[in-house]
Amino acid sequence: MTAMIKAEGVRKSFGQLEVLRGIDLQVAPGEVCCLLGPSGSGKSTFLRCVNHLESVSAGRLWVDGQLVGYRQRGDKLHELRESEIAQRRRDIGMVFQRFNLFPHLTAVGNIMEAPVHVLGESRAEARQRALALLERVGLADKADAYPAMLSGGQQQRVAIARALAMRPKLMLFDEPTSALDPELVGEVLDVMRDLAAEGMTMMVVTHEMGFAREVADTVVFMDGGVVVEAGTPAQVLGDPQHERTRAFLAKVL
Amino acid sequence: MTTDPHPPIKAVPVRHYGRWLAAAAVALLAYQVFAALLSSPNLEPATIGDYLFKDFVLEGVQTTLLLTVIAMVLGTAGGILLAVMRLSANPVLRFCAAAFVWFFRGTPLLVQIVFFGFLGALLPRLTITVPFTDIAVFDQPTNAVMVGIVPAVLALSLNEMAYAAEIVRGGIMSVDSGQTEAAHALGMKPGLTMRRIVLPQAMRVIAPPMGNEVITMLKSTALVSVIAGRDLMTAVQTVYAQNYKVIPLLAVAAIWYLALVSVLSVLQWFVERRFGRGQRAAGGGMFR
Repeated sequence: MTAMIKAEGVRKSFGQLEVLRGIDLQVAPGEVCCLLGPSGSGKSTFLRCVNHLESVSAGRLWVDGQLVGYRQRGDKLHELRESEIAQRRRDIGMVFQRFNLFPHLTAVGNIMEAPVHVLGESRAEARQRALALLERVGLADKADAYPAMLSGGQQQRVAIARALAMRPKLMLFDEPTSALDPELVGEVLDVMRDLAAEGMTMMVVTHEMGFAREVADTVVFMDGGVVVEAGTPAQVLGDPQHERTRAFLAKVL
Repeated sequence: MTTDPHPPIKAVPVRHYGRWLAAAAVALLAYQVFAALLSSPNLEPATIGDYLFKDFVLEGVQTTLLLTVIAMVLGTAGGILLAVMRLSANPVLRFCAAAFVWFFRGTPLLVQIVFFGFLGALLPRLTITVPFTDIAVFDQPTNAVMVGIVPAVLALSLNEMAYAAEIVRGGIMSVDSGQTEAAHALGMKPGLTMRRIVLPQAMRVIAPPMGNEVITMLKSTALVSVIAGRDLMTAVQTVYAQNYKVIPLLAVAAIWYLALVSVLSVLQWFVERRFGRGQRAAGGGMFR
């Protein structure tokens, strides 16, 4: 079976600063993979490489068997066109730390935007699906609310619905609860938990250890731009082998 | 019956003598200015009334409005194009847009207007040929093209493009980069992202200064009177050059400009409210 995400020696530099220093990992379809690690460890950068919001500097990265951002002809790599990159991103949903909802559109408008203008769905069909998605994240009554009228937790749930509207085969979450007030974290994690239970392939950058332990199939601990250790939650969180993992867990647990 | 231990406060208010003094001084000054103006025998209020709705004045108003509308439509469209060019990854487009803005902001509008009025002296014929061939797609004497309001429209539009470009560019840059990322992550291409996500949000920042541009443009059209641009100013100038009723006719023009600007100011308020959609909710706070 083709891995949903496969990374081989992925490196990423911003000028002189090397943020990723050779990442190898695999995520199988239907798997939930949590990336943990101190800030600056490169986990968000890696996530952003997966849908080519950042381009990798070295190594290879595949999503669903397709090379990210490039096409290989012989031993030469060719950059993909903007339209080809956009085409591949349709299948990858992304949820941001700061929600990034479109403030000039209502909740339902945010969710309909891409299905209508990227997939060419009719407005009626897109609206119907958008309302169903809002229902699914528990916000059926907020369809016509603008983002500024919603709480952080509600905005993030709309953002998840917006990503799901593209029927992605992979969902990326970049610290989805880090910008939320503590009492709003639960409602977002509940939606993510349901999503995982339905078999969605997910890669989640998070500081929520409880969520990682309970929902993740694989936990990857990163530090200094490398994978320090990876395994089941029981292995990595319960019986960490590396000193750096133990030191990190001691601080956050 | 018990009395309330804390009845509402009834205090003697502070007397603001300074305010009274300032108000009196300003009112007196205003009275003196208006009294002096109205005492002039050359104001001729009756003449103002006679000319206010004369045909040549109304035609001038019509041309002024036409110039404003055409110059603003072309100027805004060109301004958006220039702004996108300046923000593009293509260095040639960036440089050309910057050079255009530099030139048209760096020379006075009056100079540009006169220049387009005398374009025929610089280029006797306007010719467009297919590149690297002698096949002419368009070939006319300049003075046959630059007739009526054409030179005025050209000068005003090109000048407006330069200013609009800077306003639009500022608006586009004010939109959070997370918006572009979110749109890209949904599979939206750069053009679609600009049109559907960035520009609508940039409009909130662009609308107020563009409203001011419309008002400035309406008044700037008066400058085209130096090349007989057929506008309101040209109309009153032509008549007072013959009958020497300079002051009443200038007053007629001023009344029309004031009235039009007042109407535009009201429109501006509605437009700004329209583009502020989704931003005023949650206690007037900004998004996030």
